[in-house]
Amino acid sequence: MPLINKESVKKRMGSRIAANGFAKFLFILATCFSLLILGVLIYRILSEGLPYLSLDFITNFASRMPERAGIWAALLGTIWIMAVTAPVSFILGVGTAIYLEEYAKKNAFTKFIQINISNLAGVPSIVFGLLGLTIFVRLMGLGSSVLAGGLTMSLLILPVIVVASQEAIRTVPREIREASFGMGATKWQTIRRIVFPAALPGILTGTILALSRAVGETAPLLVLGALAYVAFVPENLFSQFTVLPIQLYNWTSRPQEDFHMLAASGIIILMIILLIMNSIAVFIRNKFHKRF
Amino acid sequence: MDITINKKMVNKSEKEQDFTPVFKINNLNLWYGQDHALKDIKFDIPEKQVTAIIGPSGCGKSTFIKTLNRMVEMVPIVRMSGEIVYRDKNIFQPKYGVEELRTQVGMVFQKPNPFPKSIYENVAYGPRIHGIKNKKVLDEVVEKSLRGAAIWDEVKDRLNENAYGLSGGQQQRLCIARCLAIEPDVILMDEPTSALDPISTLKVEELVQELKKDYSIVIVTHNMQQAARISDRTAFFLNGEVVEYTDTSTLFSNPSDKRTEDYITGRFG
Repeated sequence: MPLINKESVKKRMGSRIAANGFAKFLFILATCFSLLILGVLIYRILSEGLPYLSLDFITNFASRMPERAGIWAALLGTIWIMAVTAPVSFILGVGTAIYLEEYAKKNAFTKFIQINISNLAGVPSIVFGLLGLTIFVRLMGLGSSVLAGGLTMSLLILPVIVVASQEAIRTVPREIREASFGMGATKWQTIRRIVFPAALPGILTGTILALSRAVGETAPLLVLGALAYVAFVPENLFSQFTVLPIQLYNWTSRPQEDFHMLAASGIIILMIILLIMNSIAVFIRNKFHKRF
Repeated sequence: MDITINKKMVNKSEKEQDFTPVFKINNLNLWYGQDHALKDIKFDIPEKQVTAIIGPSGCGKSTFIKTLNRMVEMVPIVRMSGEIVYRDKNIFQPKYGVEELRTQVGMVFQKPNPFPKSIYENVAYGPRIHGIKNKKVLDEVVEKSLRGAAIWDEVKDRLNENAYGLSGGQQQRLCIARCLAIEPDVILMDEPTSALDPISTLKVEELVQELKKDYSIVIVTHNMQQAARISDRTAFFLNGEVVEYTDTSTLFSNPSDKRTEDYITGRFG
């Protein structure tokens, strides 16, 4: 007497195959939905923004007159902010990740820190803006400067970089660390020559993705007092500044239709910047990806 | 009962000893937390011979070989007592740095573990971390080590290719070359052929025979035929104790302990 009734298996076969097809259809639908939204977004922005997009638009300062308005100050402001944020967040973030993964003893305290770092990654960006306002702008007296903005942005993306770097370091197999220790290498030599190079692609990918998040952030910088209308380029770390998202926000909140078009042009520029940064991340991942 | 057997065995092996020891292990005990993994280990490892450690899984043979270069300390919950004297110095002395020890006592691991670097850089790694920067010296060390590990002819035309492109057996010989490059005194091998095919295994075994002219070798193996083929002396471990330690031919032809006999005749393990 067989335990499995072949008849009932045969009867169910049809519905199993139908369910299989249905599941596939559902997932395709979900993908199509996202693609549709993306398509509409790109179409709208291109159709509104392309007419205003020109070299003048990039090299002009903001203006009351839409035909003369440009994003030069905001573009350079964004670059300045990134120039502060990238090195600060990379050094602090990777340093923290190396300490937590390689040096820190695994105990309740480090576990507590670990959980809090992950939590920080989910804190709304405006909270980091308030933190930056208190510490950098007021306490340290940096004012609404590029330096204060860049440091605040670093705080915002630090948790993301720490977590991404930790994950990258964790993927370095124990065996090759052992090989290094087994030859009399010190911990620092092992980290510098083996662990860090092997983890670097993952670390860089995480860092660049975090930075592209910072490029698009508005709220923390508004809280810091970044200006919406700037007719000059930041000259040093203590200059006032604006950034692309703030400029866009400012334009879209004006009543005139022309400014909405300008905002669309600005969005194209912002998207190109993000696209370039993400491509760099993908390129690094593919180029330096090592199989273990 | 066990203790008396142990004592008899130790006395016997002491009488037999006619070699210069490179390691003297005295009353070594090791615990992983509450688990007593090595119990009163006491024997000497000879210079320029192959010493095989055999025993069933979980008997402590891997743990033992990792205490010889203190790699076992990478496990956070480990505790040890007793002493291991390497060339007249107790390696557990606080002043004795692990880096110094591991420069003298190299290790080849169970799974081939080359670095994700070029073949050249893999071998040059050891000399580099010990501060050798001269390109000519490095070139010579790399060639000598690769020749020493009998892999030079296979890789000499692709030294700058990634080591991950080599076959498993080649990777393991590369790891041996990498170990030779630090010019060690002792080479520890932790089941070096368990991940390899029979032909690669044979090559590594031949290599071990060649290497013992210049190096003292300790090899852990779960393969008794391998121990019989390549080693000069064999220690049989069981439940964290050394049941029998003597020259290989005696251990396999005329074991003095019933448990050794049972194990080598395949009655358990």
